[in-house]
Amino acid sequence: MAYIKVNQDKITKEVAEKLIKICPFGAFDYENDYLSINAACRICKLCVNKGPVGACEFIDDVREKIDKTLFSGVTVFIEQHQNKAHPVSWELVGKAKELAAINGEPVLAVIIGDDVEHIAQEALTYGVDRVHVYQDEHYRDFNVERYTNVLEHFFQTQQNNVFLYGGTPMGRSFAPKVAARLKTGLTADCTALEMTDERDLLQIRPAFGGNIMAKIHTPNTRPQMATVRYKMFNKPEKQAPTGKIIWEDTSTLSKKTTISILDHYNKPKVTDISDAEVIIAVGRAFKKEKDLELIEPLRKKLNAEVGCTRPLIENGWFDPKKQIGLSGRTVKPKLIINLGISGAVQFIEGMKDSELIISVNRDPNNKLFDISHYAIVGDVYDVLPELNRLIDQIIGGKNEVS
Amino acid sequence: MKIITCIKQVPGSTQVEIDPVTGNLVRDGKNAKMNPYDLFALEAAFEIKERTNHCEVHALTMGPFSATDVLRNAIYMGADKGSLVTDRRFAGADVLATAYTLSQTIQKIGHYDIVICGKQTTDGDTAQVGPEIAEFLGIPHVPYVKEIVEIKEHSIIVTSAYDFYDEKIEVAFPCLITIEKDGNVPRLPSYRRKRKYQDLKLDILSLKDFHDQDPGNYGLSGSPTQVEEIFPPQKTKDSIRIEGSGKELGEAIYQILKENRYV
Repeated sequence: MAYIKVNQDKITKEVAEKLIKICPFGAFDYENDYLSINAACRICKLCVNKGPVGACEFIDDVREKIDKTLFSGVTVFIEQHQNKAHPVSWELVGKAKELAAINGEPVLAVIIGDDVEHIAQEALTYGVDRVHVYQDEHYRDFNVERYTNVLEHFFQTQQNNVFLYGGTPMGRSFAPKVAARLKTGLTADCTALEMTDERDLLQIRPAFGGNIMAKIHTPNTRPQMATVRYKMFNKPEKQAPTGKIIWEDTSTLSKKTTISILDHYNKPKVTDISDAEVIIAVGRAFKKEKDLELIEPLRKKLNAEVGCTRPLIENGWFDPKKQIGLSGRTVKPKLIINLGISGAVQFIEGMKDSELIISVNRDPNNKLFDISHYAIVGDVYDVLPELNRLIDQIIGGKNEVS
Repeated sequence: MKIITCIKQVPGSTQVEIDPVTGNLVRDGKNAKMNPYDLFALEAAFEIKERTNHCEVHALTMGPFSATDVLRNAIYMGADKGSLVTDRRFAGADVLATAYTLSQTIQKIGHYDIVICGKQTTDGDTAQVGPEIAEFLGIPHVPYVKEIVEIKEHSIIVTSAYDFYDEKIEVAFPCLITIEKDGNVPRLPSYRRKRKYQDLKLDILSLKDFHDQDPGNYGLSGSPTQVEEIFPPQKTKDSIRIEGSGKELGEAIYQILKENRYV
């Protein structure tokens, strides 16, 4: 097994203190002149690379390496609900085409459902080479047990290199089940994907819940799997279809399940901030719920949707659907105005592709400023009343119609 | 009936930064707390316990020895038992290896009807461990449960929240459910329970207690994914910085909106 070895002959009190300081996870214990590593270790190897030379050593496994050329095909799981494809699927097809082109792999799609031929045809227009359709009356509704059997069958027969899933509620429940079935890796909510010329998928996402990005790879297991949030990548242009549809035999696949859907309720349609063109995003600088009234004149003038950060959801001020960020919605509006938001990486990753970003914050070192087109250094409680005054003037005045 | 609830100790703050000089991860490891999503998982377990006869709630966590704090908290909230699974050989585990370790622990505890997990953690944010545990246990899972509708003798009926729809689902025991945030109102630890149970012995398990004792299936060795590199997010955009009084800044924003034809 792979582990970090402490070379005790190199450990003095001074070396031990240095190592304890370097470790971000508090994984060293120093007692009776003996330095040990506890279960908090994440094997980040900082102690090996940044610590006193020779004190810590990384001992790797010797494992048989897989032949990576045996696996080919970047596959997108096309998510459908009530026979309509989720648009994230087409965004993933666009990314799959880029990734597949690097080593000349085919772009594959899997559709599971009943009466889904129109979705398969649509996939071809986005440039998929082979659409594998598993059509069966048992597949009409998403069932995690049955659908997992399907993807297991697909991998066994196709030996595809990559599986991509939308980071939707369905995808985030389904993909891990498949990963555990195939005993392979899965990286959640990737914000970027790259392909090496050795067919390794590099999966990039924020890590440790903080302001750090991690580049993750799956060195010795296939398929390589990732989920990606809606609106993270662009939908490809439609084209004349050149690929083909393959109708898979579903009769041999187990349909056994202990889950039954008793009822299904569509939620009343609320405007989704994912589709909004103008968003005002509010953060923790607002001290009271009532203070949110300060944004009303601007919201009305811009006809904006209002989004917020996670702490405001925790305060109960907004419906969770209004949360922007990787644990909420990813947004890509034409204009976003961030008011009093500190800019945790998970928020930034959820809105950084907006076309015009204006951020107001009194902290001049605010992280959000780095990705904003306009960084307004000021307190929302000072700035908004002034802005409202100017807006009220036009609303009250003759410019209203222009 | 027996419920096993998986909980996790997470850093008190999610602010992690890279020291610009040394390139080291700077992380405040001292303040740790229970993953906030797990509070809803525990509350769901207590709710089921209150609605049935003879139900035991067993809290389980994986982590260093200090993670017993969250187990004690769970017991003060209402859990009957607590188990910590800890071993240096679990170090560096990714989602798959973590889920596998927890599934081995759950099999060791045994005789469960429901495994309950929070929807996700605040430090990993993957929401993947629950469904993977279910697969390793060979049981179905139902995610995003926002309401426990009915508890029957051999099954449970719940409502799950998806993006644009809810589903009412019946699933047979044994099963795993993950609880949506705000699916209930978590209770606070009780002072009475704290006094009563502060000396309660917790179970400590490690690799030697498992059915599968091959260290190659745990920790970094059992993890298909590896972190190749960590780096600070890119700063790509040219930013125009504007400072001044509230009045000047209000006017500046108004001008920007005007230039872009929004007002």
